[in-house]
Amino acid sequence: MTTVHERPDTFHDNDQKPVGHGRMLRKEDPRFLRGRGRYVDDVQLPGMLHLAILRAPVAHARILGIDTSAAEASPGVKAVVTGAMLAEQNLAWMPTLSNDVQAVLATDKVRFQGQEVAFVVADDRYAARDALELIDVEYDVLDPVVDARRALEPGAPLIRDDLEGKTNNHCFDWETGDEAATEAVFGRADVVVSQDIVYPRVHPAPMETCGAVADFDAVEGKLRLWSTTQAPHAHRTLYAIVAGIPEHKIQVISPDIGGGFGNKVPIYPGYVCAIVATIVTGKPVKWMEDRSENLVSTGFARDYIMRGEIAATLDGRILAIRTNVLADHGAFNGTAAPVKYPAGFFGVFTGSYDIEAAYCRMTAVYTNKAPGGVAYACSFRITEAVYLVERIVDCLADELGMDPAELRLKNFIRPEQFPYTTKTGWVYDSGNYEPTMRLAMDMAGYDALRREQEEKRARGELMGIGIAFFTEAVGAGPRKDMDILGLGMADGCELRVHPTGKAVVRLSVQSQGQGHETTFAQIVAEEIGIPPADIDVVHGDTDNTPFGLGTYGSRSTPVSGAAAALVARKVRDKARIIASGMLEVSVADLEWEKGAFLVKGDPGKTVTIQEIALRAHGAGDLPEGIEGGLESQICYNPSNLTYPHGAYICVVDVDPGTAQVKVRRFIAVDDCGTRINPMIIEGQVHGGLTDGVGMALMEMIAFDEDGNCLGASLMDYLIPTALEVPDWETGFTVTPSPHHPIGAKGVGESATVGSPPAIVNAVVDALKPFGVRHADMPLTPSRVWDAMRGNARPPV
Amino acid sequence: MQVPAPFEYERATTVDQAIGLLERLGSGARLVAGGHSLLPMMKLRLANFDYLIDINDLHTELGYIRPGPDELRIGALTRHRELLESAELAAAFPIFADAERVIADPVVRNRGTLGGSLCQADPSEDLSAVCTTLDASCVIRGPGGAERVVPMEEFHVGPYETAVGDAEILVEIRLPVRPGGGSAYEKVERRAGDWAVVSAGAAVWLDGGVVVDARAGLAAVGPNTTGIPGISALLRGRQPSEDLLEQAGAIAARSCDPVSDQRGSADYKRHLAAELTRRALRRAVERARS
Ligand SMILES: Cc1cc2nc3c(=O)[nH]c(=O)nc-3n(C[C@H](O)[C@H](O)[C@H](O)COP(=O)(O)OP(=O)(O)OC[C@H]3O[C@@H](n4cnc5c(N)ncnc54)[C@H](O)[C@@H]3O)c2cc1C
Repeated sequence: MTTVHERPDTFHDNDQKPVGHGRMLRKEDPRFLRGRGRYVDDVQLPGMLHLAILRAPVAHARILGIDTSAAEASPGVKAVVTGAMLAEQNLAWMPTLSNDVQAVLATDKVRFQGQEVAFVVADDRYAARDALELIDVEYDVLDPVVDARRALEPGAPLIRDDLEGKTNNHCFDWETGDEAATEAVFGRADVVVSQDIVYPRVHPAPMETCGAVADFDAVEGKLRLWSTTQAPHAHRTLYAIVAGIPEHKIQVISPDIGGGFGNKVPIYPGYVCAIVATIVTGKPVKWMEDRSENLVSTGFARDYIMRGEIAATLDGRILAIRTNVLADHGAFNGTAAPVKYPAGFFGVFTGSYDIEAAYCRMTAVYTNKAPGGVAYACSFRITEAVYLVERIVDCLADELGMDPAELRLKNFIRPEQFPYTTKTGWVYDSGNYEPTMRLAMDMAGYDALRREQEEKRARGELMGIGIAFFTEAVGAGPRKDMDILGLGMADGCELRVHPTGKAVVRLSVQSQGQGHETTFAQIVAEEIGIPPADIDVVHGDTDNTPFGLGTYGSRSTPVSGAAAALVARKVRDKARIIASGMLEVSVADLEWEKGAFLVKGDPGKTVTIQEIALRAHGAGDLPEGIEGGLESQICYNPSNLTYPHGAYICVVDVDPGTAQVKVRRFIAVDDCGTRINPMIIEGQVHGGLTDGVGMALMEMIAFDEDGNCLGASLMDYLIPTALEVPDWETGFTVTPSPHHPIGAKGVGESATVGSPPAIVNAVVDALKPFGVRHADMPLTPSRVWDAMRGNARPPV
Repeated sequence: MQVPAPFEYERATTVDQAIGLLERLGSGARLVAGGHSLLPMMKLRLANFDYLIDINDLHTELGYIRPGPDELRIGALTRHRELLESAELAAAFPIFADAERVIADPVVRNRGTLGGSLCQADPSEDLSAVCTTLDASCVIRGPGGAERVVPMEEFHVGPYETAVGDAEILVEIRLPVRPGGGSAYEKVERRAGDWAVVSAGAAVWLDGGVVVDARAGLAAVGPNTTGIPGISALLRGRQPSEDLLEQAGAIAARSCDPVSDQRGSADYKRHLAAELTRRALRRAVERARS
């Protein structure tokens, strides 16, 4: 059972400080707790029509014909649109975030079950949905490619015959590291361990499904689009390119968002259909996915089939890591990642260890499954990388008969080695791993747990202790390296202080539950001394915020948070000049104490930021060359990523008779640099850990051999509940980022990245008496039982 | 939001009125009780009906738990939550509370009914296994108030098919009460609120430490839940022992017909049938003894 604690008294520690960083209740909570959030589906416009999408019932088929006449005649129907009609407007295909193309509505073939085939616009949702039943599509069903391992076999059905000259299902190859150097190190190593490891396809499954309300005003020539997007500005630019509407005539509004986890980064066909529909009908049009549509058609995550190899000395020095990956990208390559990183940031698979060589070779293939590969709380494939390295390190510990904690401690990158360039070229900004690991071990009572385990094993009970230590790379990213479809991954921020000393800060990122309205108010408050309650945070509306690439990959605090701190400092700099005029001293004689400037040596002479704001807008003179107003704007281009780290320890009990896994304890020590609001950080960690329990123990989007999706409802695709999770034990260390203005590193995805390997390592540890070294997720009772009997198999 | 196909809706205020409506509207009509099995299927458009006859107003007439000297009677509209919380039921048949604790979640349990569970005839339905274990009989009422009593063994005629005819309603479940009884339920699920991977119910009746009768019922391991006569035959007249339970488990494993699916492999389910039958019998015996 999960116990609910009273909120500790320390909860309001921010009350003791006037303003700034610290534990503080979320400003957005009153709205959400009272049911007053405003989501896309809450948008109601006069005369609004409803759109429903007809989806492919099979995974792979040629479309021979579509008869829409009965649907058109159905009561309340205003329009029925097929791919052929879109093709006439050159809108049947759209670019994906990975420079591939994806069908908006299928014209030639359907390539995955659930693919968009046609849409109906009608007076209400029911009429639209009823009319779908009346569309008659004639299919010539083709053999599907379901297993990525067979996608490149000669004679495999060709999925992407739409691509000129394409003769197989190959999507891309990618490599990183030094193959020859790695081979050499492996050649002379005492011990080499290799292990096949699958990270199954999972789905972000946010509580709110995807949807949009599109409203084209033909008189103004302006398109307003309320949509479930984590990246409103990037979407606007892409709509301008795809739909040919000038960018300044498009307003993308991302209102309250009910969870994203990467699911709401891509542009989905449904959004484009809604835009087409409003233009065709001249009316506002709402499209809202149902749960099954979200699960079968929107961006999945993971689906990496990996082989990990690790080389070490007999006494446990890790020398090299090598991996070979087969990546299943589904029917269209819709991976959301910086363009030069087709495998995201998988290159950090060397983990937190100081090794001599590393190499990865990856082949990505097309299959007849939904496209995507989104950053599902993974900082662009770091989840897969961390899982690989933390699993393979445990395999090595098993081979060497060494304690997995000791093996990790022995191989950590040492604090004096930072900034540390990995063998795959990533420059870790800062880190101090051992104290984080030791703290987790102390909190867990690691030695006592091992003793308990020994006693239990002697009695035939199955208890496991799993460790994972991760380093993440978040906050994409420096624009010289990172862009999405040519858009640099920088973020703007604008701060305006009103005459009465209240302020508004406008962000380019968009919250899906991360608490931006609080965190960003606190960042600004810390810098200019205006209380967070007096700072309004505006986000998610392209007409009212500066350009930037949005929230995913834990990038809001590292990138936009830096922008907010720096823009506040710019405002403070101007305030200082105004203050010098007000106090009639030189700028150099002023001292800043949160919220006010004081004259050095004469602390009685002081002006507050509020007084300065009034002066800035007032009638009196301002210092020479200073314009009125108190505001500024900035675009922040990060010089590097930030690299949070953490040590996670999981304790599980496995029922020997039923093979059910119970997560008994979970200790998570996170180091995300400077902590802005510890309560929000803990919330992010709790959510991520819960997510990790889901992936480790139950979640998987499976397909049958015909390519039918077996995870099309929440009865089939299980997500964890409060009953599956223990009372989380969280701790922290602080290693600030040297290049971030306030030293913060981002924490949104840490727990999702770090927890699956800790849980799997714990289960595998529990099964040691059965000689188990590895078992793939999801570790359902049936799959654990298979492992106990020596039949661990990759999931299908 | 998933939206069902168009249908018409009537609300019945008496059992006989509901039967009259069924008679008049024919096979295109369906009763809706808690709706937690029917409505999800309709929203996914796996099932479409012209008419729904809402029988929730019959709860006053058909929502009850009535203990008696020889029989305990439960009205078909009794909700999961009422079954979970009834002290009288727990005293007579603790298997109900065991099962209800692991059926779905509070939202479903607040509305879902015993009658709906049995009439849905899903092979994974926990209450079907419970009723099979307890050798229940089902009272079915038809036009003109005619009632017939069907034993559990004959109630389910196939997956999703019952002995309830077109213009009939299941009104009551009767459970024979015998002295010296104990019962228990065991379920393995992948996650709280999930349907069973396998579950097993067991009931034993002891006299002076010797088994007078024993029954077991399984869910999710075959087209329909079945009592397992082999287990009854094995245990009758014997003193329960670990060795006997072991054999009973083996009989359970042999008597079922599981298929491999996302919940687990057929082999695993067979293993669970044995393991859970053993566990349920063990607890049932403990309870019968105390
Ligand atoms: C998320 C979820 C999880 C669930 N998990 C479980 C679980 O773990 N274990 C489990 O056993 N069940 C589970 N269920 C099913 C739940 O127990 C249902 O409520 C129950 O099976 C059906 O009861 P109902 O009253 O809702 O029936 P309804 O959905 O109203 O009806 C089901 C069928 O029975 C018919 N019917 C209903 N009452 C009568 C009557 N008196 N006479 C004749 N026909 C009748 C209806 O016409 C319909 O065909 C779950 C359901 C959900 C939604």
